[in-house]
Amino acid sequence: MSTATAQKRGFGAVLWDYLTTVDHKKIAHLYLFGGGFFFILGGLEALLIRIQLIKPENDFLSAGLYNEMITMHGTTMIFLAAMPLLLALMNAIMPLQIGARDVAFPFLNALGFWLFMLGGLLLNLSWIMGDAPDSGWTAYTPLATESPGHGLDYYVLGLQISGAGTLMGGINFLATIVTMRAPGMTYMRMPLFTWTTFVTSTLILFAFPALTVGLFLLMFDRMFDSAFFDVTLGGNSIIWQHLFWIFGHPEVYILILPVFGIFSEVFATFSKKRLFGYTAMVFATMLIAFLGFMVWAHHMFTVGLGPVANSIFAVATMAIAVPTGIKIFNWLATMWGGNITVSTAMLYALGFIPSFTIGGMTGVMLASSVADYQYHDSYFVVAHFHYVIVGGTVFGILAGLHYWWPKMFGRVLNETLGKITFWLFFFGFHLTFFIQHFLGLMGMPRRYWVFLKDQDLDLGNLISSLGALLMGVGGILFLINIIYTAAKGEKASADPFDGRTLEWAVSSPPPYYNFKQLPLVRGLDSLWIEKREGNGKLKPAEPLGDVHMPNGSILPFIMSVGFTIAGVGFIYQPDNRTWLLAVFIGMGIALGSMLIRSLKDDHGYYISKEELEKEAD
Amino acid sequence: MMTDNTNFNSFQKQRNKEEMKRQLITFVLMIGFTIVAFAIVATGSMQKMFAVPLLLIMAVVQVGFQFYYFMHMKDKGHEFPSLMIYGGVWAAILTIAALVAIVWW
Repeated sequence: MSTATAQKRGFGAVLWDYLTTVDHKKIAHLYLFGGGFFFILGGLEALLIRIQLIKPENDFLSAGLYNEMITMHGTTMIFLAAMPLLLALMNAIMPLQIGARDVAFPFLNALGFWLFMLGGLLLNLSWIMGDAPDSGWTAYTPLATESPGHGLDYYVLGLQISGAGTLMGGINFLATIVTMRAPGMTYMRMPLFTWTTFVTSTLILFAFPALTVGLFLLMFDRMFDSAFFDVTLGGNSIIWQHLFWIFGHPEVYILILPVFGIFSEVFATFSKKRLFGYTAMVFATMLIAFLGFMVWAHHMFTVGLGPVANSIFAVATMAIAVPTGIKIFNWLATMWGGNITVSTAMLYALGFIPSFTIGGMTGVMLASSVADYQYHDSYFVVAHFHYVIVGGTVFGILAGLHYWWPKMFGRVLNETLGKITFWLFFFGFHLTFFIQHFLGLMGMPRRYWVFLKDQDLDLGNLISSLGALLMGVGGILFLINIIYTAAKGEKASADPFDGRTLEWAVSSPPPYYNFKQLPLVRGLDSLWIEKREGNGKLKPAEPLGDVHMPNGSILPFIMSVGFTIAGVGFIYQPDNRTWLLAVFIGMGIALGSMLIRSLKDDHGYYISKEELEKEAD
Repeated sequence: MMTDNTNFNSFQKQRNKEEMKRQLITFVLMIGFTIVAFAIVATGSMQKMFAVPLLLIMAVVQVGFQFYYFMHMKDKGHEFPSLMIYGGVWAAILTIAALVAIVWW
């Protein structure tokens, strides 16, 4: 079973390896490529949107196509790009950071990825089949229930399948962190990225069921003539908004909390200092997650919930600024007096602080329910959420990729190219979105496919579109960097950045069993402690012995294909009942695979002690 | 050494026996609750005002039995699952309360 010897393998062998893998490091690669693919797709959609808005009354995109474009841009970026890219980093790094050999349920991990990937492809199949979802990424009813064609059906089924995958990922990470920490790794010794992964997984666990329920209700309304959201039959269309935002608000914290963890690691490493206020950081993360469940109605201030409800949700929302502020000051204090190296990852972290703070400030402005009547559905909102999602999440993902690329692929990304990319992306980002605050305040509504000339909106939109092109150039440069690094990049040592946490104690990339012997953790920043007080190597917590490993399996892929076929069947069965055949076949494949998985015992295999001894450190 | 082992075994046996007894009692109680619930609805012997809260209370007690006895939440080492379950219950209560207050009230 050992593939330790480096040898060239054929394309087919590599493909089969990735289709059947249950190794968290390879699943991280899959999440990265899958999420990266959808990121490019969402980025192209963004560019088309900005080309349409480059001049007044442009006719580059038709009104209907524009609606599809904004819907798919939002949906793709949130569900299929940002979240999977974060899951890629979590998968690659979190088990290493807690000193584990894999996640708790490797099979489930693979199943989670394939469900996400095929659900995402199902959603994007709608482009090829001729009608993409067009009710905005929030799919508000009754617009979503009345939308003609199959666009919204693709939205429902695609998100349902990929959402199930994400939920599995969240549960898996929770079980991993609770049960598989190395000896000595107490909760308050966990690196902050592991902590934020943990809290994020809790959010996934509690928030996604609301989306699942909402999507099922929408599916029944659209396909089986139920009337949950139909006011004329006694339903209530506001319930969709509630369900969507009960999920949707925790979702934005699912996007931001992991990158708080990434930045905490980056600031500590490149300032050569212990993270300032570790305990406060941990509790601030929990507090943000806790408050995140009580603020969903701030997306609905103009719905007419009444002054009491609006005030309660406004105050709760503003309260979130407190733990977030604690974090910002802790990062600043981490750098204070530190020995700072401005690497590419650190550049993104430095760029993140002012960008995200602006986004947070406009967030507090929007939280004021009275003022929100003015901002609602204007470009001010668009500017706000791009400042937190791009300035926070995307900067964080790029920082994390530059920081952990050597750990994931064994090569250090080119720093010069990386820094040029950062500056292009950073300026492009602010050029695109800063002006949108003012476009919004001047009254430009969001989601409109044209604007009229001579309303003082021309110049602002032109600047915004030029900024978007600059971000596009930055994105292409990042891809060039990846290709250049893969071809000519320097081989990474185990610890190229003088790191502090456990993942830097194993080689880059790590062997497939991660740790020959589980490490003994003596405190926070465990590797740093060994560098200062020991010989720089982690002490083993166990004698060298056989290592138990899980077997690979093609079943997760087959199961996901089954669910996807059933999804296509569900989408088209209202037209013609013979499509129910696809539902039965698809569910048959999926349930059959489950049966095989349940009945066939698979106890994995052992890497023998002798085999481990032969391999170099 | 030998005696220690037998002592331990008898202690363990005693504990298993008690555990089994508790499981059986809760199982019987749960079946009883279910029969009572069905009987109340089927016979229509109770007014709706009284029947609905009673059914809800019995449901909550059953969930408690399920968590604490069958899923062993009463045993040591279940602090984390308890925390997560109560977190989930809290999130659900909050959601339902808000929806009831805002949408239907």
